[in-house]
Amino acid sequence: MQFLYVIKTALAALIAHRSRSFLTVLGIVIGITSIIMVMSIGSAAEAIIVGELGGLGAETVVVRPGKEPSGPTDFAESLFGDSLKDRELEALGRKQNIPNAIGVAPEILVPGGSISFEGETFRPVILGFSAEFMRDSLGLQLSDGIFFDETDIHNKARVAIIGGRVKDELFGTSDPIGKSITIKGNKFRVVGVFEKRGQVVFFDVDELVLVPYTAAQAFLTGNNYYNQIIVRADSPESVDRVVFDIQATLRALHNIDDPADDDFYVQTQQGLVEQVSTIIGIFTTFLTFVVAIALVVGGIGVMNIMLVSVTERTREIGLRKAVGATDSDIMSQFLVEAVFLTGFGGVIGIFLGTVLSFIVGFILSQFVGLAWQFVFPVSAALLGLLVSSGVGVVFGLYPARQASRKSPIEALRYE
Amino acid sequence: MALIEVKNISKEYPDGTRALHGVSFEVEKGEFVGIMGPSGSGKSTLLHVLGFLDAQSGGTYKFQRKTFDDYGPDGIARLRNEKMGFIFQMFNLLARASVLENVKLPLSYSTIPSSEWNDRAMKAIESVGLAHRVDHEPSELSGGEKQRVAIARALVNNPQVIFADEPTGNLDSKSGQSIMEILQHLNEEKGHTIFLITHETYTAEHAKRIIRVRDGEIAGDSLVSKRRWARDHFIK
Repeated sequence: MQFLYVIKTALAALIAHRSRSFLTVLGIVIGITSIIMVMSIGSAAEAIIVGELGGLGAETVVVRPGKEPSGPTDFAESLFGDSLKDRELEALGRKQNIPNAIGVAPEILVPGGSISFEGETFRPVILGFSAEFMRDSLGLQLSDGIFFDETDIHNKARVAIIGGRVKDELFGTSDPIGKSITIKGNKFRVVGVFEKRGQVVFFDVDELVLVPYTAAQAFLTGNNYYNQIIVRADSPESVDRVVFDIQATLRALHNIDDPADDDFYVQTQQGLVEQVSTIIGIFTTFLTFVVAIALVVGGIGVMNIMLVSVTERTREIGLRKAVGATDSDIMSQFLVEAVFLTGFGGVIGIFLGTVLSFIVGFILSQFVGLAWQFVFPVSAALLGLLVSSGVGVVFGLYPARQASRKSPIEALRYE
Repeated sequence: MALIEVKNISKEYPDGTRALHGVSFEVEKGEFVGIMGPSGSGKSTLLHVLGFLDAQSGGTYKFQRKTFDDYGPDGIARLRNEKMGFIFQMFNLLARASVLENVKLPLSYSTIPSSEWNDRAMKAIESVGLAHRVDHEPSELSGGEKQRVAIARALVNNPQVIFADEPTGNLDSKSGQSIMEILQHLNEEKGHTIFLITHETYTAEHAKRIIRVRDGEIAGDSLVSKRRWARDHFIK
């Protein structure tokens, strides 16, 4: 039988049972749609996170307390670890310890708490850090006022730089510079306002309140340790050297001989990017695997309907054999039908999945303010097409074989 | 040498039913043979064996001096496609296909290039007088017209033998006449060998020779002395 005719015949049979064909492939459609969405959203999320981490700067090295996280409890240990204090900061700041460092600053994340000004309140992200360091490493600019400096840090000055949204919420259109806001019961004087920039690395600059880390410790957290210490290398090339020096310095300070006993860990931008990519990759793979189960279920549905169709068309099969169809002609006719059915489901699924992931991306970028970049997952689309057709072959094989084995005499039997 | 040689053929079904027993005859090219018998006599089983649609349990059947095994499964399919045409009582047309598509069906399994399909199918359709119906679906045709489509389908590959299984069984007598007229014409003018299965003496008498089947055995094999001629003036 000529191939073009096989295709025409298969299409005609599917179109003749339009609604049944559509319902049959619904499982495949859902499966492929989900796979496309998982892969598209996964790669877009990865692109965002990696992009954010890029904002950290290749020269930035982060020192955190606790062990390097390899599970959820480790993260908690890292968040509440107290192995980084003044002593460590001072050691890391010494030029002879880390010759390639051009800046060291500790960071304190002040948990919870709202701020207020004349009755207006807001819940911002409160960070104790160095303003100049932040300017240099993240390239943040002010729309108004000035950065607080080393003197303010030294004096534990109660000054703050606030994000654009914080300013809008508390002050509206009036000038905030010089005004005092209340943070956890303490008055802080506003000295600057950040330019609106949205999400940068892990926080939203617009919702940030930045105070000197010394003031954060003295007035807001009441303890003497840091959440992390940021070290800036003089060039991206010297990052490895800096990491090595930091480890050597802190191990000497803490009398650690075996790196396995480290009570701190060092992260670089590249290391973070790799870590995040790995985690997202694992998630995406896992989800894809779960979603693939839908395809198996869909395939079984297709097989079911194909078997029904073979029985229904016994007379047609017999007739075709009587006029000269070979077993393999009949087999390929039903196999092509099954592959068309699932392949068609795959195409619909790719289309739906693409549209839905675009909508998800659109919503996230419009309403959540993420810099969402819609990614059409070419590899996922190809995979979807391949998998859906493959499902057709696998689950169409048995019904097609049943069809090809029918005896032509059955066509001669009366109904 | 005979076109068809049937030697001592028997057929038993798995359930033990004996449908044929010790059947032997030969048929030459160009004959018009009526196979006649009451229902359950084994005439349909005989047709299945002759058309290689079913294998006999015993004896030998040769078509053009070759047996089922000589041809092999794909060879049989090809034989049915090129050398045999089948006409069934229930017409067995594809319901959702046009007359043209139905008649083209055997061509789709042939080695004939698809560029010739339409011309060949149209010729076959014209020969049964349905040129004005090519685009209709079977549900829009009368019984007689359906059977003429089935004849056109059987003819389209210009087969040597046409097997007609109760072709008039579902038709009124006038439509039946036109079918018989076409079959006689195909035999007389085009030289097709024809097997006509029927339970009616009247219909069988349109053939040149009648083989009577009863209880799976041949009860008689003779030439028709007073042959009937279908004259519906369908063929001008």
